[in-house]
Amino acid sequence: MGNGTGIGRVRGLGSAKHGAMHWWRQRVTAVGNLLLATWFVVSLFRLPSLDHATVTAWIGSPLVAVPLVLLTISVFYHLRLGLQVVVEDYIHEEAGKVFFILLLNFYAIAGAALAIFSILKIAFGGVPA
Amino acid sequence: MSRNPGRPLSPHLTIWRWGPHMVVSILHRATGVGMALVAGLGFVWWLVAAAMGAEAYDSFYKVATSWFGYLVAIGLTWAFLQHLFSALRHFVMDVGAGYELKTNKTAAILTMAGSVIVTLLIWAPILAAVARKGAE
Repeated sequence: MGNGTGIGRVRGLGSAKHGAMHWWRQRVTAVGNLLLATWFVVSLFRLPSLDHATVTAWIGSPLVAVPLVLLTISVFYHLRLGLQVVVEDYIHEEAGKVFFILLLNFYAIAGAALAIFSILKIAFGGVPA
Repeated sequence: MSRNPGRPLSPHLTIWRWGPHMVVSILHRATGVGMALVAGLGFVWWLVAAAMGAEAYDSFYKVATSWFGYLVAIGLTWAFLQHLFSALRHFVMDVGAGYELKTNKTAAILTMAGSVIVTLLIWAPILAAVARKGAE
Protein backbone atom coordinates (compact mmCIF):
# COMPACT_ATOMS: atom_id res chain seq x y z
CA MET A 1 0.00 0.00 0.00
CA GLY A 2 1.07 3.58 -0.51
CA ASN A 3 3.01 4.97 2.41
CA GLY A 4 2.64 8.56 1.31
CA THR A 5 5.83 8.65 -0.74
CA GLY A 6 5.89 10.49 -4.05
CA ILE A 7 6.24 7.28 -6.08
CA GLY A 8 3.32 5.71 -4.13
CA ARG A 9 1.09 8.60 -5.13
CA VAL A 10 2.18 8.36 -8.76
CA ARG A 11 1.16 4.68 -8.76
CA GLY A 12 -2.25 5.57 -7.35
CA LEU A 13 -1.71 3.75 -4.06
CA GLY A 14 -3.11 4.76 -0.71
CA SER A 15 -5.94 7.18 -0.02
CA ALA A 16 -7.24 9.37 -2.83
CA LYS A 17 -8.47 11.81 -0.12
CA HIS A 18 -12.03 11.59 -1.52
CA GLY A 19 -13.44 9.17 1.05
CA ALA A 20 -15.14 11.76 3.25
CA MET A 21 -16.91 13.38 0.29
CA HIS A 22 -18.12 9.96 -0.92
CA TRP A 23 -19.46 9.17 2.56
CA TRP A 24 -21.14 12.57 2.89
CA ARG A 25 -22.79 12.51 -0.56
CA GLN A 26 -24.10 9.03 0.20
CA ARG A 27 -25.90 10.55 3.24
CA VAL A 28 -27.11 13.65 1.40
CA THR A 29 -28.64 11.56 -1.40
CA ALA A 30 -30.05 9.14 1.21
CA VAL A 31 -32.02 12.00 2.79
CA GLY A 32 -33.03 13.17 -0.69
CA ASN A 33 -34.27 9.67 -1.52
CA LEU A 34 -36.13 9.40 1.77
CA LEU A 35 -38.12 12.60 1.12
CA LEU A 36 -38.61 12.25 -2.65
CA ALA A 37 -39.31 8.50 -2.76
CA THR A 38 -41.92 8.89 0.00
CA TRP A 39 -43.57 11.71 -1.98
CA PHE A 40 -43.41 9.57 -5.15
CA VAL A 41 -44.95 6.42 -3.68
CA VAL A 42 -47.70 8.28 -1.80
CA SER A 43 -48.53 10.30 -4.94
CA LEU A 44 -48.83 7.14 -7.07
CA PHE A 45 -51.25 5.66 -4.54
CA ARG A 46 -53.35 8.83 -4.59
CA LEU A 47 -53.76 8.84 -8.38
CA PRO A 48 -57.23 7.65 -9.43
CA SER A 49 -55.67 5.31 -12.00
CA LEU A 50 -52.26 4.52 -13.46
CA ASP A 51 -53.28 4.52 -17.14
CA HIS A 52 -51.38 6.50 -19.77
CA ALA A 53 -53.60 9.59 -19.85
CA THR A 54 -53.67 9.97 -16.05
CA VAL A 55 -49.94 9.42 -15.61
CA THR A 56 -48.82 11.77 -18.39
CA ALA A 57 -51.24 14.48 -17.20
CA TRP A 58 -49.82 14.07 -13.68
CA ILE A 59 -46.16 14.24 -14.82
CA GLY A 60 -47.02 17.31 -16.93
CA SER A 61 -47.43 19.50 -13.84
CA PRO A 62 -44.27 21.44 -12.89
CA LEU A 63 -44.79 20.48 -9.25
CA VAL A 64 -44.51 16.83 -10.31
CA ALA A 65 -41.97 16.97 -13.14
CA VAL A 66 -39.36 18.84 -11.09
CA PRO A 67 -39.45 16.58 -7.99
CA LEU A 68 -39.44 13.58 -10.34
CA VAL A 69 -36.25 14.86 -12.03
CA LEU A 70 -34.70 15.50 -8.59
CA LEU A 71 -35.71 12.00 -7.45
CA THR A 72 -34.02 10.53 -10.53
CA ILE A 73 -30.79 12.44 -9.86
CA SER A 74 -30.77 11.59 -6.15
CA VAL A 75 -31.54 7.87 -6.67
CA PHE A 76 -29.09 7.30 -9.53
CA TYR A 77 -26.32 9.22 -7.76
CA HIS A 78 -26.99 7.25 -4.57
CA LEU A 79 -26.93 3.88 -6.36
CA ARG A 80 -23.73 4.83 -8.18
CA LEU A 81 -22.02 5.59 -4.85
CA GLY A 82 -23.45 2.51 -3.12
CA LEU A 83 -22.68 -0.02 -5.83
CA GLN A 84 -19.18 1.42 -6.19
CA VAL A 85 -18.45 0.31 -2.60
CA VAL A 86 -19.94 -3.14 -3.27
CA VAL A 87 -17.75 -3.57 -6.38
CA GLU A 88 -14.65 -2.37 -4.49
CA ASP A 89 -15.33 -4.79 -1.63
CA TYR A 90 -16.18 -7.96 -3.54
CA ILE A 91 -14.22 -7.79 -6.81
CA HIS A 92 -10.58 -8.32 -6.02
CA GLU A 93 -8.98 -8.39 -9.46
CA GLU A 94 -7.96 -4.94 -10.62
CA ALA A 95 -9.17 -5.45 -14.23
CA GLY A 96 -12.62 -6.67 -13.11
CA LYS A 97 -12.90 -3.80 -10.65
CA VAL A 98 -12.17 -1.20 -13.34
CA PHE A 99 -14.60 -2.92 -15.74
CA PHE A 100 -17.50 -3.00 -13.29
CA ILE A 101 -16.93 0.57 -12.07
CA LEU A 102 -17.00 1.68 -15.71
CA LEU A 103 -20.17 -0.36 -16.35
CA LEU A 104 -21.75 1.12 -13.21
CA ASN A 105 -21.01 4.68 -14.32
CA PHE A 106 -22.50 4.03 -17.76
CA TYR A 107 -25.59 2.41 -16.22
CA ALA A 108 -26.19 5.24 -13.75
CA ILE A 109 -25.69 8.04 -16.28
CA ALA A 110 -27.61 6.35 -19.12
CA GLY A 111 -30.51 5.39 -16.81
CA ALA A 112 -30.79 8.86 -15.31
CA ALA A 113 -30.52 10.53 -18.75
CA LEU A 114 -33.30 8.34 -20.22
CA ALA A 115 -35.57 8.97 -17.24
CA ILE A 116 -34.97 12.74 -17.16
CA PHE A 117 -35.42 13.15 -20.93
CA SER A 118 -38.69 11.18 -20.77
CA ILE A 119 -40.02 13.30 -17.89
CA LEU A 120 -39.18 16.51 -19.75
CA LYS A 121 -40.69 15.24 -23.01
CA ILE A 122 -43.95 14.47 -21.21
CA ALA A 123 -43.86 17.78 -19.32
CA PHE A 124 -43.24 19.81 -22.48
CA GLY A 125 -46.19 18.11 -24.13
CA GLY A 126 -44.74 16.09 -26.98
CA VAL A 127 -46.46 12.78 -26.30
CA PRO A 128 -48.97 11.35 -28.80
CA ALA A 129 -52.05 10.08 -26.98
CA MET B 1 -2.93 -4.27 -6.65
CA SER B 2 -1.53 -7.76 -6.11
CA ARG B 3 -2.23 -9.81 -3.00
CA ASN B 4 0.09 -12.51 -1.74
CA PRO B 5 -2.21 -15.56 -1.35
CA GLY B 6 0.22 -17.07 1.15
CA ARG B 7 -0.61 -14.38 3.75
CA PRO B 8 -3.33 -15.04 6.33
CA LEU B 9 -6.75 -13.36 6.02
CA SER B 10 -8.60 -11.73 8.89
CA PRO B 11 -11.61 -13.72 10.21
CA HIS B 12 -14.50 -13.45 7.78
CA LEU B 13 -18.12 -14.56 7.26
CA THR B 14 -17.43 -18.25 7.76
CA ILE B 15 -15.65 -17.67 11.09
CA TRP B 16 -17.99 -15.34 13.00
CA ARG B 17 -21.19 -16.58 14.59
CA TRP B 18 -24.04 -14.87 12.72
CA GLY B 19 -26.04 -12.21 14.56
CA PRO B 20 -28.92 -9.91 13.55
CA HIS B 21 -26.56 -6.96 12.97
CA MET B 22 -24.63 -8.99 10.36
CA VAL B 23 -27.83 -10.08 8.61
CA VAL B 24 -29.09 -6.47 8.47
CA SER B 25 -25.75 -5.25 7.16
CA ILE B 26 -25.69 -7.74 4.30
CA LEU B 27 -29.43 -7.24 3.64
CA HIS B 28 -28.78 -3.50 3.29
CA ARG B 29 -26.30 -4.23 0.51
CA ALA B 30 -28.38 -6.96 -1.13
CA THR B 31 -31.57 -4.86 -1.18
CA GLY B 32 -29.56 -1.86 -2.41
CA VAL B 33 -28.07 -3.78 -5.33
CA GLY B 34 -31.43 -5.42 -6.10
CA MET B 35 -33.29 -2.11 -6.19
CA ALA B 36 -30.50 -0.40 -8.17
CA LEU B 37 -31.01 -2.92 -10.96
CA VAL B 38 -34.67 -4.01 -10.81
CA ALA B 39 -36.35 -0.83 -9.57
CA GLY B 40 -33.91 1.31 -11.57
CA LEU B 41 -34.70 -0.44 -14.86
CA GLY B 42 -38.42 -0.60 -14.03
CA PHE B 43 -38.54 3.14 -13.27
CA VAL B 44 -36.74 4.00 -16.54
CA TRP B 45 -38.95 1.62 -18.53
CA TRP B 46 -42.10 3.19 -17.02
CA LEU B 47 -41.01 6.75 -17.92
CA VAL B 48 -39.66 5.93 -21.39
CA ALA B 49 -42.85 3.99 -22.22
CA ALA B 50 -45.01 6.88 -21.00
CA ALA B 51 -43.00 9.33 -23.12
CA MET B 52 -43.22 7.13 -26.23
CA GLY B 53 -47.00 6.95 -26.25
CA ALA B 54 -50.08 5.01 -25.28
CA GLU B 55 -49.09 1.83 -27.12
CA ALA B 56 -45.64 1.51 -25.51
CA TYR B 57 -47.19 2.34 -22.14
CA ASP B 58 -49.72 -0.42 -22.66
CA SER B 59 -47.05 -3.11 -23.04
CA PHE B 60 -45.37 -1.86 -19.84
CA TYR B 61 -48.71 -1.81 -18.03
CA LYS B 62 -49.55 -5.38 -19.09
CA VAL B 63 -46.28 -6.71 -17.63
CA ALA B 64 -46.54 -4.55 -14.51
CA THR B 65 -50.05 -5.78 -13.71
CA SER B 66 -49.37 -9.46 -14.51
CA TRP B 67 -48.81 -11.93 -11.65
CA PHE B 68 -45.08 -11.61 -12.32
CA GLY B 69 -45.30 -7.82 -12.09
CA TYR B 70 -47.08 -8.06 -8.74
CA LEU B 71 -44.45 -10.54 -7.48
CA VAL B 72 -41.64 -8.14 -8.41
CA ALA B 73 -43.53 -5.19 -6.89
CA ILE B 74 -44.02 -7.04 -3.59
CA GLY B 75 -40.33 -7.97 -3.52
CA LEU B 76 -39.33 -4.37 -4.26
CA THR B 77 -41.67 -3.07 -1.53
CA TRP B 78 -39.96 -5.30 1.03
CA ALA B 79 -36.47 -4.39 -0.31
CA PHE B 80 -37.32 -0.67 -0.19
CA LEU B 81 -38.61 -0.86 3.39
CA GLN B 82 -35.70 -3.01 4.61
CA HIS B 83 -33.21 -0.60 3.02
CA LEU B 84 -35.15 2.39 4.42
CA PHE B 85 -35.38 1.13 8.01
CA SER B 86 -31.76 -0.02 7.92
CA ALA B 87 -30.78 3.44 6.61
CA LEU B 88 -32.61 5.12 9.50
CA ARG B 89 -30.61 2.88 11.87
CA HIS B 90 -27.45 3.98 10.03
CA PHE B 91 -28.33 7.65 10.57
CA VAL B 92 -28.55 6.98 14.32
CA MET B 93 -25.22 5.15 14.33
CA ASP B 94 -23.65 7.92 12.20
CA VAL B 95 -24.05 10.31 15.13
CA GLY B 96 -22.38 7.77 17.41
CA ALA B 97 -25.48 6.40 19.15
CA GLY B 98 -26.98 2.92 19.38
CA TYR B 99 -23.77 0.92 19.66
CA GLU B 100 -24.59 -0.74 23.00
CA LEU B 101 -24.89 -4.48 22.30
CA LYS B 102 -28.51 -4.85 23.35
CA THR B 103 -29.71 -1.63 21.65
CA ASN B 104 -27.81 -2.50 18.50
CA LYS B 105 -29.26 -6.01 18.33
CA THR B 106 -32.84 -4.86 19.08
CA ALA B 107 -32.68 -2.15 16.40
CA ALA B 108 -31.35 -4.67 13.87
CA ILE B 109 -34.23 -7.08 14.60
CA LEU B 110 -36.75 -4.20 14.45
CA THR B 111 -35.69 -3.24 10.92
CA MET B 112 -36.36 -6.80 9.71
CA ALA B 113 -39.65 -7.19 11.57
CA GLY B 114 -40.75 -3.73 10.40
CA SER B 115 -40.01 -4.34 6.74
CA VAL B 116 -42.00 -7.60 6.68
CA ILE B 117 -44.97 -6.20 8.67
CA VAL B 118 -45.30 -2.99 6.63
CA THR B 119 -44.99 -4.96 3.35
CA LEU B 120 -47.91 -7.14 4.48
CA LEU B 121 -49.94 -4.08 5.59
CA ILE B 122 -49.46 -2.45 2.18
CA TRP B 123 -50.08 -5.50 0.01
CA ALA B 124 -52.84 -7.41 1.83
CA PRO B 125 -55.57 -4.85 0.92
CA ILE B 126 -54.26 -4.48 -2.66
CA LEU B 127 -54.20 -8.22 -3.28
CA ALA B 128 -57.63 -8.58 -1.66
CA ALA B 129 -59.01 -5.92 -4.04
CA VAL B 130 -57.38 -7.63 -7.04
CA ALA B 131 -58.85 -10.97 -5.97
CA ARG B 132 -62.33 -9.41 -5.58
CA LYS B 133 -62.08 -7.90 -9.07
CA GLY B 134 -60.99 -11.25 -10.50
CA ALA B 135 -63.93 -13.03 -8.83
CA GLU B 136 -66.51 -10.66 -10.32
